Amino acid sequence: MKMQFISAALLAVCISQAAVAEESLLWALMTPLRQKELVPVENKLYKQECGACHFAYQPGLLPGKSWQKLLTHEALLDHFGEDADLDQEALKEIYDYALANAAEKSYHKRSRKIAISTAEGEPPLRITEVRYIKRKHHDIPDKMIKGNKKVKSLSNCNACHTEAAEGVFDEDAVSIPNYPKY
Amino acid sequence: MNYLYALILSGLLALSPVASATPASDALLASYKAAGVIKADAATGKANWTKETRDADGEMMSCSTCHGTDFSKSGKHHKTQKVIEPMSPRVNAERFTDEKKVEKWFKRNCKDAWGRECTAQEKADFLTFFLAQ
Repeated sequence: MKMQFISAALLAVCISQAAVAEESLLWALMTPLRQKELVPVENKLYKQECGACHFAYQPGLLPGKSWQKLLTHEALLDHFGEDADLDQEALKEIYDYALANAAEKSYHKRSRKIAISTAEGEPPLRITEVRYIKRKHHDIPDKMIKGNKKVKSLSNCNACHTEAAEGVFDEDAVSIPNYPKY
Repeated sequence: MNYLYALILSGLLALSPVASATPASDALLASYKAAGVIKADAATGKANWTKETRDADGEMMSCSTCHGTDFSKSGKHHKTQKVIEPMSPRVNAERFTDEKKVEKWFKRNCKDAWGRECTAQEKADFLTFFLAQ
């Protein structure tokens, strides 16, 4: 009886996982980095438009409910104080791409952690507000990020994460400018 | 013979209003004229380039805050540190070749730097100033 219950529970977990995931399970299993990292940006327009002003943050860095709030015409008119408005066609492509690849749609480790840490409560509008991201960075002294002329902000991922664009945020690939030994 | 070539070449240069004009920049200038601009002035564009206003965060800001004043060099976004490719069409052949793109960035960046969209006159002055670089 107990055994049956456990297998039923396991099956339920498997099914629910498959239901939230946009990535195919087979594809995910064939990607060795899934255990650690997140899916790099593949959409050209997304890379070009978002990457024109800042690091093109992978959609897997935020849950879909955050992208839904960020990527509207009204929201983009005041995108953290700047006008990042897009024409309707471009916005639709970028919105659809972000939603389809949001954190909860991915099997990759970082995205799973982000999805879990943002599952409850208000959707974060900044990646730096995600609890998982905050926790991962909270022991780094301020002088190395805010006080570091070459970094300036936690939002500047690729200042230290040298392989950020490839979706690799592993500690081994971190090099903090001006603090090579940290 | 070389002298003749030089003469022809200088004649051609004199004919084209700005050396690095593109079909897109011609079309843009024409649209500003249609919007009532009588004369585009590079000197005014240059002066406006470094004209500072206070941004939403209370910092003084101008176009040159991010783009710099040497158009042959790349700039840096003041908040995100993102590298901005050189403004000079001589160094960066992609500049001013896409009408839609130019208008998109005029709209965004005028709002960022000055808190409002630029007028057709201001855009015409800027564009003429850029093309002369």
